[in-house]
Amino acid sequence: MIQSGYDPATAVFAIDQSRCIGCRACVAACAECDTHRGVSLIQLDTIDRAISTQTVPLVCMHCEDPTCAEVCPADAIKQNESGVVQSSLKPRCIGCSNCVYACPFGIPKYVASFDQMMKCDMCYDRTSEGLKPMCASVCPSEALWYGSDEEFSAKRTGTLVRNWQFGRQTVRTKVAAVVSEPGPVMITIGEKPTQWQDDPFGLGR
Amino acid sequence: MAMTPVTEEQLIATYGPNLNRTPPGGWDAGIEIDKVVDTHCCFCGQQCGIKLKVSGNKVVGFEPRYDFPFNEGKLCPKGVKRYLQGSHPDRLTEPLARDESAVGGFRKINWETALDRTASEIKRIQAEHGADSFAVLSGVSLTNEKSYLMGKFARVAVGTANLDYNGRLCMVSAGAAGKKALGVDRAANPWSDIPLTDVVFVAGANIAECAPITTSYIWRARDNGAKLIYMDPRVTPAARTADVFLGVRPGTDLAVLSAMFNLIIERDWLDHDFIDNHTNGFEEAAAAVSGATLDWAARVSGVPASRIEEAAEIWGTSATGMLLHARGIEHHTKGVDNVLACINLGLATGKYGKPGSGVSTITGQGNGQGGREHGHKCDQLPGNRNIENPDDRAFIADVWGIEESQLPGKGLTAQEIMNEIHAGRIKGLLSICFNPLVSLPDANFTREALGKLDYYVNIDFFLSETAQHADVVLPGSLHEEDEGTVTTLEGRVVKINAAVSPPGNARRDWEIICDIADRLGAKQYFDYETTEDIFNELRRASRGGTADYYGITWDRVVKEQGVFWPAPEIGHPGTPRLYEGGKFFHPDGRAKFIPTPWRESAEVPDSDYPLYLTTGRVVSQYLSGTQTRRIGALVDQYPEPLCEMHPLLATNLGVTDGDIVRITSRRGTMVAPAKVVETIRPDTVFIPYHWPSDKSANLLTQRAIDPISGIPEYKVSAVKVAKGTGRRDLLDDRDLTLQGDQ
Repeated sequence: MIQSGYDPATAVFAIDQSRCIGCRACVAACAECDTHRGVSLIQLDTIDRAISTQTVPLVCMHCEDPTCAEVCPADAIKQNESGVVQSSLKPRCIGCSNCVYACPFGIPKYVASFDQMMKCDMCYDRTSEGLKPMCASVCPSEALWYGSDEEFSAKRTGTLVRNWQFGRQTVRTKVAAVVSEPGPVMITIGEKPTQWQDDPFGLGR
Repeated sequence: MAMTPVTEEQLIATYGPNLNRTPPGGWDAGIEIDKVVDTHCCFCGQQCGIKLKVSGNKVVGFEPRYDFPFNEGKLCPKGVKRYLQGSHPDRLTEPLARDESAVGGFRKINWETALDRTASEIKRIQAEHGADSFAVLSGVSLTNEKSYLMGKFARVAVGTANLDYNGRLCMVSAGAAGKKALGVDRAANPWSDIPLTDVVFVAGANIAECAPITTSYIWRARDNGAKLIYMDPRVTPAARTADVFLGVRPGTDLAVLSAMFNLIIERDWLDHDFIDNHTNGFEEAAAAVSGATLDWAARVSGVPASRIEEAAEIWGTSATGMLLHARGIEHHTKGVDNVLACINLGLATGKYGKPGSGVSTITGQGNGQGGREHGHKCDQLPGNRNIENPDDRAFIADVWGIEESQLPGKGLTAQEIMNEIHAGRIKGLLSICFNPLVSLPDANFTREALGKLDYYVNIDFFLSETAQHADVVLPGSLHEEDEGTVTTLEGRVVKINAAVSPPGNARRDWEIICDIADRLGAKQYFDYETTEDIFNELRRASRGGTADYYGITWDRVVKEQGVFWPAPEIGHPGTPRLYEGGKFFHPDGRAKFIPTPWRESAEVPDSDYPLYLTTGRVVSQYLSGTQTRRIGALVDQYPEPLCEMHPLLATNLGVTDGDIVRITSRRGTMVAPAKVVETIRPDTVFIPYHWPSDKSANLLTQRAIDPISGIPEYKVSAVKVAKGTGRRDLLDDRDLTLQGDQ
């Protein structure tokens, strides 16, 4: 196996939703990771296929202070030395799904066939050996991207966002979202849409 | 007779497609890995590097191949799951003979019987009906070595002119246009040029689904500030971020391209130095588009004039530009003209032979590029030579050790061969790596034709829908069961390594072909010890041709992670970027502008059939689906063809998402669930073509072909659509989350 040599404690995992093409390579590859072979733990959401091809891949954001672990009554969710939040510990998980409801990103899932909460663990078997996670290895469009800070600066544009505000809760994550401009991201309604949204077939509507 | 021996249901019960969902030994077997083999994905012309994990002569998994420069580990879902095609319950492992009384319609026979019978049938049919009454159909999922061998086999061993291949349904319009205008048929640039460009113009290519890794190159170009122009009747996933989206009516790309060319001339965004020094024929080509005003093009194509103007300005005023096109503009009766119009835009603005500039096709099939250069194209000899050119014929006859007069002439194209089978003039067929019953247009016609064959022998690893009609089926080899080379869409020759050997009594394709040649009395011409022997003969046969591989050895291909042709001498570094210094491949070194006057498609909507049908692919399936319809995860992702339509059309038809609709053309009819989306033109429906039988979009398409390239017009058919009975709740992808492959 190739040792890519990425230190999982400092490596950048970036998600750029604007690049996603919805091909589901990440979903297919996630199930090939030796930690949970046969089960895919990544989420790929289609926003609204009736009006758009926009899709959104979502791995666990790996919060510095994970809400899922804070609300777990069984103390079954642990963070490793690299800051990766792991799936529930099987002997401890009681399947209550507190974590499922509490996660601000909607990541953990109660998997009935295992009777425990499972989630993305950033391919522990790979990243702990310096390899890239499966999803970010295969992603054809680099919507999911894993590498060093220097590589990101050299190869990519955009700003990495790791701080999130959910009401009064502030969350800082290990995984970053890519946005085009630095500073707080403001969502404004009524901006000029891009061409594919703006009457793409010239119907005059 | 070659009708199917038993019913479709009985064939499927025995030979599939069944779905393979789990690797050999299951997910948790903790299998010891014997070896990890560096090779490439078998699906599509990008030929992404991949590592296959092998245990006990079975492929049990994959690992990203980070060191291969084209994809650096990236794979689409087909690549991720490709390893599940081996060790498949449907895999053919014994020669079969048609037998109505056998379970599944075929009985096992031994190789001797199968090969003897094949050779004697070929001889009998040719003795009774002439040499050309036996045809050979081949395919470009085959390696260069096998493609070359099929060309030699048909011409030297069988002695028929009627040899063609499934690339006829794929890249031939681009190939023909390239040769006419530029003197060569290859992508102008390595893909590493894409991030260097100022503008990417994608014309008729669903890159996100059909060449997914290419998306990353386009996004890198966007990172570097490039503009993106996208021309397609649908807003495909990669079109979403386009600066200019040209939502063109099917069959009218030429109007848009002509208006762009005309405007570039009018506004003088021309590169006069380049035109003067490196091209011929500008005036004639310019005259042919002088009437192509923005208003006319807008009326014909349905694209607002302002957008055509915007696209022309960006292309015309950018210092560099890459135009990437694919089947969207090539699958037309004017497919060659569409590509020539793209080339004219490149030549007029000097966008050739420098970093970040070029006009290139995105070759579709696994070895679409190399296969068409060396082997089984009805008008071509190795090295991209012309079978009608006396010098080319003499050169190849010499390499093959035959008299020039023994070499057959130009044969019929794939669709024409099927037409002749239908007409009863071609009586016998050997096919490999081609599933025309799914992939050729007008499937009812193809089925009738197959039923008329006197003798049909098929070499395949699964019993494809076409193979169901065979008299004898010979179990050949999968991609991972033999070694060889393929040439990628960049023109890069790469090495395929064998991970396993063929299972049971299946054999390597080239060994089967050599054994038949032996029985046809041509042993002396097919005396190879190894696959590499074939490549070394190919190198000599290509020498001096435009696709010159002489300097490319297996050893170099491995060491250098691929070599770009032409590499005419040992030690030649290869040629990643063509046309540097404005030097083209015609004898005078100049490119030719070729006039492309406007013409209509063969069939356009009328009052009886008022809608356009256009067909294409989805990301989880490959071509006729012989392999990918057998892999569980890929089928789950898109289980059956859907009929995409705009809500305006759906409302007119009284249809909502998931309703079954009946789609009818002059050739046939099919039913499919409606997928109601705003991302398609309201006058057009789209159906992907990967499925057989009553789910085949090719029941609807027509056999009209481009007069030069012979490519069928898959992208434009006139249809009517009506609400059928019943509905299917379309799977929401959220339902797939977490389902895994348990």
